[in-house]
Amino acid sequence: MIRRLITAALLLVLCSATAQAQDMTIQDVLQEHREALEKSSRRTIGPVIDAIADSDLPAARLVLERWRDREMWQREEDGLFFYGEPVDRSTERLFDFETGADVGVYSTRDLDQLKPNSGIQAMIAAALVTFQLDDPDPAQRRTALEAIARSGEASHLAPLRRSITKETDPVLRAEKERTERLLTITFGAADAERVAAIEHFRGSLFLDVRAALNPLIATTTVYAADLPPDANVKRRLRAGSADLPVAEAFALLVEAGLATPPPTADERKSALVARIENGQVAGIPVAALDTQEARDRAYATLAAQGDVPAWDPQFSEARAVEETPFAEVYTEPSAAVTTAAEETLRSINHTVAWNQVLDLSLDGLSLASIYFLAAIGLAITFGVMGVINMAHGEFIMMGAYTGYVVQQVIPDYTVSILVAIPLAFAVTFGAGVAMERLIIRRLYHRPLETLLATFGVSIALQQIAKNVFGTQVRPLTAPDWLDGALVLNDVVGISYIRIAIFVLALIFLGIFLFIMQKTRLGLETRAVTQNPRMAASMGINPGRVNMLTFGFGSGIAGIAGVAIGLYAKVTSELGQDYIVQSFMTVVVGGVGNIWGTLLGAGLIGFLQKGIEWFNPSNTLAAQTYMIIFIIIFIQFRPKGIIALKGRAAGD
Amino acid sequence: MRTLFRTTPSLPVFLAVLVVFTLGVTVLSEAYGIGALSTSFIKTLGKTACLALVAIAMDLVWGYTGILSLGHFAFFGLGGYMIGMWLMYARTELIVLDSLAAAPLPPTPGEISDAIAGQIFGVVGAADLPMVWMFAHSFWAQMALVVLVPGLLALVFGWLAFRSRVTGVYLSILTQAMTLALSLYLFQNDSGLRGNNGLSGLQNLPGADAIPQATVSIWFFWASALALLLTYVVAAFVVSGTFGSVIRGIRDDEARVRFLGYPVEGFKLFVFVLTAVIAALGGALYYPQAGIINPAEIAPIASIYLAVWVAIGGRGRLYGAVIGACVVSLLSTWFTGGQAPDLPLGFYTVKWVDWWQVGLGFSFVLVTLFAPKGLGGLVDLVSHRLSPNRHGAALGPDTGALREKEAEQ
Repeated sequence: MIRRLITAALLLVLCSATAQAQDMTIQDVLQEHREALEKSSRRTIGPVIDAIADSDLPAARLVLERWRDREMWQREEDGLFFYGEPVDRSTERLFDFETGADVGVYSTRDLDQLKPNSGIQAMIAAALVTFQLDDPDPAQRRTALEAIARSGEASHLAPLRRSITKETDPVLRAEKERTERLLTITFGAADAERVAAIEHFRGSLFLDVRAALNPLIATTTVYAADLPPDANVKRRLRAGSADLPVAEAFALLVEAGLATPPPTADERKSALVARIENGQVAGIPVAALDTQEARDRAYATLAAQGDVPAWDPQFSEARAVEETPFAEVYTEPSAAVTTAAEETLRSINHTVAWNQVLDLSLDGLSLASIYFLAAIGLAITFGVMGVINMAHGEFIMMGAYTGYVVQQVIPDYTVSILVAIPLAFAVTFGAGVAMERLIIRRLYHRPLETLLATFGVSIALQQIAKNVFGTQVRPLTAPDWLDGALVLNDVVGISYIRIAIFVLALIFLGIFLFIMQKTRLGLETRAVTQNPRMAASMGINPGRVNMLTFGFGSGIAGIAGVAIGLYAKVTSELGQDYIVQSFMTVVVGGVGNIWGTLLGAGLIGFLQKGIEWFNPSNTLAAQTYMIIFIIIFIQFRPKGIIALKGRAAGD
Repeated sequence: MRTLFRTTPSLPVFLAVLVVFTLGVTVLSEAYGIGALSTSFIKTLGKTACLALVAIAMDLVWGYTGILSLGHFAFFGLGGYMIGMWLMYARTELIVLDSLAAAPLPPTPGEISDAIAGQIFGVVGAADLPMVWMFAHSFWAQMALVVLVPGLLALVFGWLAFRSRVTGVYLSILTQAMTLALSLYLFQNDSGLRGNNGLSGLQNLPGADAIPQATVSIWFFWASALALLLTYVVAAFVVSGTFGSVIRGIRDDEARVRFLGYPVEGFKLFVFVLTAVIAALGGALYYPQAGIINPAEIAPIASIYLAVWVAIGGRGRLYGAVIGACVVSLLSTWFTGGQAPDLPLGFYTVKWVDWWQVGLGFSFVLVTLFAPKGLGGLVDLVSHRLSPNRHGAALGPDTGALREKEAEQ
């Protein structure tokens, strides 16, 4: 009690002192809110922070910072506030806020530390933002601006505008102006400035612009007979239209107190249950109440007796809301603002739509290049040699696992990928050559049996992979420079891995064309494919050529495996996911022609993305419809998009 | 019948073996005999009979007509789904009626169907009965669908495919695509068939809770054995007469049969649809014994396994298909069930659960390479019906041309 008196007296003295100086000090402001400061409760601290921030005193920022950092202390003897620096564990050196003068060293026992909790710290930080906007350090200014952009408030508008004129950095200035406009859209005082700000963003693709504009055009549907004259009506509605179903309209009517909902079927049922007497309800035996009509009749009888709320079986919600006007009303009161917002959003949506088409095309392109990559090996073994290799998917899987094993040995991701690609080619080339020599060579005249035998190899390889690597997903990590995405704007973006796969697909196309058109092996392969006997007469060894060609196709599958493993999950079932699509790609494109495979991959990739766009949540449905489309497509072009003609067709 | 016995010498042997086997199993069963065989084993035998049945269908379409269909297990699964819908609906209806019987008011038809829909579709977060369940309340309607749905699918697909002369491996890939599309479609929750949960609890026959599973399982075994027998007779009938000659002709040289004036597409379509229906009936018998069906059962791999069974058993002979399906599926059950003893190699112990698949894959390769006649070829060894020894280089351009050594004789 005595201490309180003393502090009160001291306060008086201090007050008179400042009155003489004709100016408040920060200490006065603090003392004025001393109780709230001591209590330090999140509910009551708001006005204190505002008072400090709005005091326009040079020390205000220092107080807020020290307070936030829990470095503000209150001297118990007189209740004055200082900031402290620890001397050792139990003593603090105090400094005056106003002058920075050293007040002396005190034991913490004589001091109270102000400990704002995290909620209060956040409030202080928000208040500090306005100070930081003018900070000499550009980094500080940027942080503050970002904080405002993240969670702007009406109070930020004034300091932000003030700071724009003082801003020297042109980039920051442009960003400040943009943030100012965004804030003006939401918090601007006059309609004119808000409309101007809104219209400035015509055709903008940024998400934050849409986030600022969308609340402006939010509407509520209301019963419209007694709308206030100044209501900002978007449009009048009739019940039963597509935008206002009957049930919703009736609920609005009930809400407006203009209709009473009839008892629902459940309510009527429980009313009947409540009135069961001697196994009868209203004279009807309970056992007979097993249809809705019987129950309705019983309820009507009860209602006629007045026992239960009245219910009209003829009642229909549709008729009740038929002649009633409804309206969609903007929550935003100003019509000028909503009109401008609607128009700007329309222009934004237009731009967004075009960019989405672009984004979708990029997605389609990248999917197409994945399919192309998976199918290009098949284009050689199946397309050129006519060998159905069901284990092709497992060769892709072997490539992916090779990449994984290499990464276990070589920790550097860039180097390991560079090593993995030739190694995967070597491994699957070997596997392909072995399979050709041991199995396929014996079955050249029996294509269906090749299919079955290679399927046997496929299940065996799959199970071996499962036994060696387990069933869990193994990571194949892309190097850092492939992380992330090329972001053109808030709508269009594509990850670097997909670009890399696209580039890889192009490279393979080039390699394939080079080998087939320009090398001895390509020439011999084409000769052996067209007429093995004639080729043999010309001195070509068909067995060797077939072996090498098959190995080459399998090797490419291995490299495709490394690429696919970078973005898909590496499991023993990896290949299985691609095998049917790969065959589809080759068949749709036209067997025996690499350009056909390219077109087939493009068709399938774009088609799948297109279908996914119609029904974004359901990739399964997209695949289903795509396969059905392909089955129908093959009806009309059984030989694929590019059909071989003449002698090359082989039949 | 006598002609059938004459044209198909395997038929009486098969009938006798099947009847003796069925009687033997019945005597050894828990329900009607000494109880030497467990209920689960009898279920396995019943299921195997269904698989043998669908293998005969596969043999008809592949071994006799030369269409390597990689979609017959899809028809099998569809048949299972159709019967499963009725089983699940009827049983849920009984449960729902039971629980609603305690309610103060007797339930209305609307309340009953709402409660059934809630029970069945609660797992996929829906509460309405989809359109495809329209007939699920009626056993006979659903039995008709067992035949109609796969039959129509096969008819439409086959008509499209054969009409545009898709043959050989292209047709195989196309049927595989159809199977993949179907299983992907069923994997969706909004396909109306409970997505990847599939239909479950099918082993509980509605209204037969009082009958022990031991009895039910032997009933299903009888039904499966009878169905297998009938399928064998039907298949023998189909392949024995002129019709059989024509479809074998299509297998060996389609163009030549067409030039002889036979409507090749019609023959192929008939066999394709007939075998699809047989497969669906097999599925309708199989899945009540398995108890659960989900879209994974329809995945393309299952249809390829079907081809594996027929190839190992020996295609182009009906008993070969039956032998292949029984041997491979029973061996698979034995090896993957963990009953097979581990094989210690000193440095590594082969666990059959892990390695059986590898063994199956490679033995399948070996059978394809060195024993194209499959296990059924052993019968030829016994009955001394050996193929000519075709060694040496071919003398003509065709695959069937005489070889050097044959020409010398």
